[in-house]
Amino acid sequence: MSLITEIVISFFLIVAGIFGLVGSFGLLKLRDSMQRLHAPTKATTLGVGGVLIASMLYFLLGKGTLSFHELLITLFLFLTAPITANFIAKTFITRNVRDHELPETGGNYGWAPYDDPPPQEVDIPEDKTGG
Amino acid sequence: MLARLFPHPLLSLMMVLVWLGLVNKVTLGNLILGSAFGLIVPLLTSPYWPDRPKVARPLKVIEYILIVLWDIIVANVQVAAIILFKPNASITSRWVTIPLQLTSAEAITVLAGTITMTPGTVSATLSADASAILVHCLHTDDPDAVRDQIKSRYEGRLMEIFQ
Repeated sequence: MSLITEIVISFFLIVAGIFGLVGSFGLLKLRDSMQRLHAPTKATTLGVGGVLIASMLYFLLGKGTLSFHELLITLFLFLTAPITANFIAKTFITRNVRDHELPETGGNYGWAPYDDPPPQEVDIPEDKTGG
Repeated sequence: MLARLFPHPLLSLMMVLVWLGLVNKVTLGNLILGSAFGLIVPLLTSPYWPDRPKVARPLKVIEYILIVLWDIIVANVQVAAIILFKPNASITSRWVTIPLQLTSAEAITVLAGTITMTPGTVSATLSADASAILVHCLHTDDPDAVRDQIKSRYEGRLMEIFQ
């Protein structure tokens, strides 16, 4: 591996490390759960992303093979990170936030944790066994 | 006939690509095995996913992904700056209501995921009739601007893609 390749890979690793550190620091520093949720969902995305880019470059330029695993990790991360954040946010709202602390929905129905959904036309298969 | 054999063509394509990525080597055997997964899994799962949204403009999907990737990088830097340089007392977090024009569940899911991954916002919950989405802003002085930006930058594009 040439010196330039090593420098580029190191650059991505260091940037990734810094963002990972900042994300974890934010988790400690911010005040409440909703604010803390912002730190790991964002700052660490670039942290992991940087490591993955460095890994791809290492295998591509160093070993001469193209690796797809990093792309898959990115894909799975982008699928799971928002869902995890959403679950934590919902749990937090259900346990700690009252209806009147949130802004209005602007529609006829309230927010999902406090209000029932509108009646839906559901296709329930007919009971063929008879009664 | 073709529609019955491939109830979710994009899902089939994804299965093949993900399988090839997982084994990390493109050979004929892996391609056949991946295609088998791409054929069988959508067939088995199609009863649970009856109303597939149409992706009208595939090119717009690529544009959307690039925009979101760029925004994620910007978001990381912004959030890092807020964490490092703003004293806790001057961080003003707010709840923002974003009325939705999107109706399909898949499109709203993509929008909610995008909101969580991008600048200083986390999507928290939907209204009971899915006509609005509740977003938590880490730091903003102007909630209306946040709402307008999300609506024009992401929702508008998703409307074009899914409808």
